[in-house]
Amino acid sequence: MQVERPILLRVRGVGRRYAGVTALASIDADVRGGEVLAIVGENGAGKSTLLKILSGVVQPSEGSLEVADVRGVLAPVELNGVRDATRAGIALVHQELNLAENLDVAGSIYLGREPSRFGFLDRGRMRADARKWLARVGLDIDPGTLCGTLPIAQRQLVEIAKALSTESRVLILDEPTSSLTTRETDRLLEIMDELRHTGVAVVFVSHHLDEVMKIADRVIVLRDGRKTGELVRGEYDRAMIERLMVGRDIAASERRAIGANAAVRLEVAQLTSAHRRKRPVSFAVRAGEIVGLAGLVGAGRTEILEAIAGVARHGGEVRLDGRTLVGDASSRVRRGVAIVPEDRARNGLFLENPVAMNMSLAWIDQTSRARLVDQRGEAGLVSRMVARMQLRPPQPARRVQTLSGGNQQKTVIGRWLAVDPAVLLLDEPTRGVDVGARAEIHAEVRRLAAAGSAIVFASSELEEVLLLADRIIVMHDGAIAGELAAHDATEIAIMHLATGGAAHAHSTGTHA
Amino acid sequence: MKRALGIIGIFLAILVYSIFFAENFTTGINLMQLTNRTALYAVLALGAALVIVTGGIDLSIGSVVCLAGIMTPWLLIEHEWTPWQVIPTVLAMSAFIGLCHGLLITRLKLQPFLVTLCGLLLYRGIARWMTGDQSQGFMGEYGDVRAIALAKFSIPGLTDYRLPATVIPALVLAVLIGLFLSRTVWGRWLLATGRNESAARYSGVPTAWLVTGAYVACSLLAGFGGMLFIFDIGSAQPSDFGNFYELYAIAAAVLGGCSLRGGEASIVGVLFGVATLRVLQNTITLAGYSSQIEFAVVGGVLLLGVAADELIRRYAARRLERAGAIERAGSAARA
Repeated sequence: MQVERPILLRVRGVGRRYAGVTALASIDADVRGGEVLAIVGENGAGKSTLLKILSGVVQPSEGSLEVADVRGVLAPVELNGVRDATRAGIALVHQELNLAENLDVAGSIYLGREPSRFGFLDRGRMRADARKWLARVGLDIDPGTLCGTLPIAQRQLVEIAKALSTESRVLILDEPTSSLTTRETDRLLEIMDELRHTGVAVVFVSHHLDEVMKIADRVIVLRDGRKTGELVRGEYDRAMIERLMVGRDIAASERRAIGANAAVRLEVAQLTSAHRRKRPVSFAVRAGEIVGLAGLVGAGRTEILEAIAGVARHGGEVRLDGRTLVGDASSRVRRGVAIVPEDRARNGLFLENPVAMNMSLAWIDQTSRARLVDQRGEAGLVSRMVARMQLRPPQPARRVQTLSGGNQQKTVIGRWLAVDPAVLLLDEPTRGVDVGARAEIHAEVRRLAAAGSAIVFASSELEEVLLLADRIIVMHDGAIAGELAAHDATEIAIMHLATGGAAHAHSTGTHA
Repeated sequence: MKRALGIIGIFLAILVYSIFFAENFTTGINLMQLTNRTALYAVLALGAALVIVTGGIDLSIGSVVCLAGIMTPWLLIEHEWTPWQVIPTVLAMSAFIGLCHGLLITRLKLQPFLVTLCGLLLYRGIARWMTGDQSQGFMGEYGDVRAIALAKFSIPGLTDYRLPATVIPALVLAVLIGLFLSRTVWGRWLLATGRNESAARYSGVPTAWLVTGAYVACSLLAGFGGMLFIFDIGSAQPSDFGNFYELYAIAAAVLGGCSLRGGEASIVGVLFGVATLRVLQNTITLAGYSSQIEFAVVGGVLLLGVAADELIRRYAARRLERAGAIERAGSAARA
């Protein structure tokens, strides 16, 4: 059974420096056909740089790459651009999907290399060929479907089909599951498994160690641009990977009991949000309580958070400390309602601006006198927040664009911590955030709760819900499907409710 | 300030060329008129800059200049209002026009380009209809009021150059708007709104009011500018007064470093942008080029300026990347 799998791509002492700063140093790795290789590491560990080198987007400043020819003989190659990589049989599927929404599926797969007959587009052949590749990724859709109408998960599969259609033998996936639901993720993992059996080498980056544990034959762990370990399936456990990633043990969460007599701070009554079902939702959050909204994508969690924050219109009532909240986000922020949005690049950050401006914008009016910006006070408060959030690098003047995902998220959260919000709403607080930063973000959220704020967060990761929440509200199809106390909630119980199962024994019933 | 360096360079280059190659450029009377014109156009460009900062555009500036400018003598002479009635009325009307633009853009979510394009046609049409398309002027009266724009102040030591009074409102407005953008909370909010409207809203910035405010300010400045223009020239035709002024204003703002994507502005840059266009126009006339070529030259310079700006920006971005922006999480690029 243990046939030596053929090496398709060899990485020899590859490194990359940017103006003297080492992003990646002396990486050795063999990528073998028929194998799934996972690359893990914190944000900023060098994963993206490595992927960019493998796919020809950037060139290594040291070391070399070798690619196997048809006979399996390795020969050095220089990949000066994606085209070279494609020719060498290496294809990268980006984290942000690059499909043109106005093209159909077949057109996207063959974009730039459309089959033609006498100079005319041979649409029939293109569709037939596309169908073949779609079948490889288990996608049974009409190749004439517009990409814009496909759900994210299917677009992802189309991207993979596109990568396969270039006859690539090394398929590189950059965080392929970051926007997929649990079920879609499982499906993708199955497809990765099938691809492995066809002899393709699958390289993928993921923040989800569960997936890595499930699928990877080998795991390469990076930290600060160096390889800190290469683990073979069956020879490692989760804790080992985590230790290699962060170089320290991650503290387990401590669960706090919320007194049932703590005052109710946030009350949501018969709230109808922008969710298509318009089903009324009611719940209450006490001072110091952290409530997790669980549910599948589309269950209506984001809509509820955005309604409470006032960034979207809603029906029903939202009360803070007994007083009804009216108006849009600008008036609610002044009453202490803060939101950390799901899509931080679009709704959270001013990417071209420095950290300081990004943080101070939300409270600059409160520290100003007569509407004149108190620049010294601003700088002081910003640098305190940068320190408190352990931003790396701790430079308030740095443009947010140049920060890693975890540090970008810390910037958005740090914005609100400066003003001790009465209610903090977080939508996917640690999406695309590495393990270390995630623990720090969780710690800050707990600290804020301990100081008496009411906290509601939505997360697609059950693990995070179980880790952070004191109480879990499970949503299904726009309504509350049930409520679970954190101490007796399990992933199974949550999934049961989230998928439309009836509230069962563990449920404490819908909150009045 | 850094953003203004490019346009200051262009300005100086054109200035030097003009001094050497344009006959009579350095005479007192020419420089006086040049300063005056620069100040007048600066009032319009400052308003345009405020709107451009929000990521919007105002194409109606020239027509508001026309309507406000034409209405002033029309009310004074034809309807015999007093200046104390006319000036507040015209300014209030201008502000109201801006308010309509702002509300249509922020509440009805219409595109700024369309709203103000309709404005461009609408206000000029109204001005021409209202006056029966007849030239309007002060008939030699109201010299005291017109002195707001016509007065000249002697400068000790200079004999044939006196400072035009229009410089005062232009500079005061420039300083106020500059301080507004850099030092006040609203200015911060306005820049943030232009940079990322959605993120600003999620941060609690009242974006709709700020954007509306920017359009009000822009039209108000256009109306005020229109009044100064008519005080300066004395009489004008409703059919051509203020034609293309919005394009000069927008061009000056863009040359001065305001990105049409919003979120970036340099008031010093805008002033130099205006001055550059004025010197250019002046030199074309004085150096004996056919004045018909003016638009072509202005268009060419604008294109060069904007292209140079983009190239410099890219160069800077590459250097920044080399200098240590090492590994960004993919999520950063999503915008």
